[in-house]
Amino acid sequence: MTAPTVATQTEEPEVILRVRNLKKYFPIRRGVFQRHVGDVKAVDDVSFDVYKGETLGLVGESGCGKTTTGRTIIRLYDPTAGSVYFQGRDMAELKGKELRAMRRKMQMIFQDPYASLNPRMSVLGIVGEPLEIHHIANRSERKERVAELLKLVGLNPAFMNRYPHEFSGGQRQRIGLARALALNPDLIICDEPISALDVSIQAQVVNLLEELQEQLGLTYIFIAHDLSMVRHISKRVAVMYLGKIVELTDRDTLYTNPLHPYTQALLSAVPVPDPFIEETRKRIILKGDLPSPANPPSGCNFHTRCPVFQKGLCDVQDPEFIEVEPGHFCACHLVKPQ
Amino acid sequence: MAKNNTQQEELLGRKPPGWLERQLGTEAYRALRGMATNPISVIGTLLLAIFLFVAIAAPVLAPPAHTNDPYQIPRDGYGQVPKPPGTEWRTRQPPLPFWWKAVTGKDNWIHIMGTASGQWDIYYGVVWGTRTALRVGLVITIITAIVGIIVGSVSAYYGGTVDIVLMRIVEVFIAFPFLPAAMTLSAVLTPIIGRGLFPPMIAIIVFGWTGVARLLRSDVLSVREREYVLAAKVIGVSDARIMFRHILPNAIFPTLVWASMRIGSLVITFAALSFLGIGAEVGYADWGQLLSFARDWMTQLGEYWYIVTFPGTILVLFVLAWNLVGDALRDVLDPRLQGSR
Repeated sequence: MTAPTVATQTEEPEVILRVRNLKKYFPIRRGVFQRHVGDVKAVDDVSFDVYKGETLGLVGESGCGKTTTGRTIIRLYDPTAGSVYFQGRDMAELKGKELRAMRRKMQMIFQDPYASLNPRMSVLGIVGEPLEIHHIANRSERKERVAELLKLVGLNPAFMNRYPHEFSGGQRQRIGLARALALNPDLIICDEPISALDVSIQAQVVNLLEELQEQLGLTYIFIAHDLSMVRHISKRVAVMYLGKIVELTDRDTLYTNPLHPYTQALLSAVPVPDPFIEETRKRIILKGDLPSPANPPSGCNFHTRCPVFQKGLCDVQDPEFIEVEPGHFCACHLVKPQ
Repeated sequence: MAKNNTQQEELLGRKPPGWLERQLGTEAYRALRGMATNPISVIGTLLLAIFLFVAIAAPVLAPPAHTNDPYQIPRDGYGQVPKPPGTEWRTRQPPLPFWWKAVTGKDNWIHIMGTASGQWDIYYGVVWGTRTALRVGLVITIITAIVGIIVGSVSAYYGGTVDIVLMRIVEVFIAFPFLPAAMTLSAVLTPIIGRGLFPPMIAIIVFGWTGVARLLRSDVLSVREREYVLAAKVIGVSDARIMFRHILPNAIFPTLVWASMRIGSLVITFAALSFLGIGAEVGYADWGQLLSFARDWMTQLGEYWYIVTFPGTILVLFVLAWNLVGDALRDVLDPRLQGSR
């Protein structure tokens, strides 16, 4: 598979993160001797770039490898293969101290605001921990900085001695955000940060993320399964299916001119808040279930559910992830470059 | 700022923190308040306090006959037939406690709880046995807990081969039935290190640490995968700090609760060993020993009820006290349960 080359434009935005052929397989072991009998191919050969200051949306259904991709990029998991270039260094090869130093520039927000804060630490302890372990601030400076961070995410600094269980889901997510911001990162991986929140709170958190992006020049990788929310926040969107990226382009192109049959099916499932349009909306219903990533189909991953599947081609050959239009990548045999 | 804080607290409908809360910190204060307001824990703590008092005040409550060996139960002759409570001392009377005359107005010491077969004084055995029970329970529990915590957390945190090897070792120990195994080891150790408290204690520790190791391992395994541990990794927190700051504090409470309940049941196990004659030497103040004196009179308990009732009741109350405290600890130490009371 060729790496997608960046669109040849005159004004080249700076690439902050370059993921190449990233793979993460989880071994399946059986029996008394823990024999290696197979792999769950959670992330299977994924390549993309993230530009400075943008938000890259990463969407796909449950179990398609979105979260694993995010966690492998930030090295919570060691990648099976591939490289992750971040500010000129390959994250996949860093170890120990260097890795720790790199992580200051790359942070993560987690999905479940109830599980992502240590229940036995106060807010001050949680948000101040990154400052403490990187020796950025002494005790009193830390308190000041935490107060600043809490204000930044819209929380009252007077609450810093409280414990996580005293806060609501939205407030907790803000605390998690404050913790991620403590080290002044350049890139934040948002792993479904709003999926566990009420709709009204979702909007608040998303708006906060956008404000902070503008204010601090942050770059986001925004992992989600809510297509309309991704459309709202992302500049470009990557669609994942069974461990692979099937389509990647800027937001507007994706939503107006989806090329991959899977993207088309996904978008057809988004309800339209207009009863007249909604009535004429044609849904593409995919047949069957998501195949097991431990035993992916031959050829194109999607061929077992594809409405335009061609026998002899799709089930034999793996489609390449190619740039069909400038800045528009797609992995489908039936989509030809222009 | 302080005033501002107070206003914030009022907005939230809470009282500003009092003096004690500021001294102890929010969490410790909460735990303490929980323990003080929960009737179960109050009863348990009260019972424990009584036992602690008896243990500390043993020389005053029951002045020893031999000051260099206070744990030796004094005996009043060598007769086989137990004597009922209230019988007067006839031979080798230990010193009278100073409060005895003031309280009862009598000049001679009596067997407050009667004597057991062999004329061992039950009252002395119960009072000094409290010390033995506390010592045995605490020492065994602390050592088993430390061994178990080390093995369990190492096993869970490193996983892989380390985990497999350690857990197979644990399984080997679990494969032996606990009481017979402890009895056998204790019997084997006795000729080597001499009769006394140590052989049964070592035996109970050797076969007792596996429970903690497994309990803690399972809790560490589940906590290790929580998102706040991942978040700590992302921040760059070192392995040791993740273990001690993020994983253990959230995984240790079942183990602590287990340990506090364990103290009671360990004393029963120890008493069982003593009852079977493997344990403290004859005449050593120990509740199990007292019960073993009753062995020959089991069929006539209607008449000689006191040889079982006093040590038995004390043993039950001791176990109950630790269980109540353990229960209350479990409720109080979980911050998520706070506010539910």
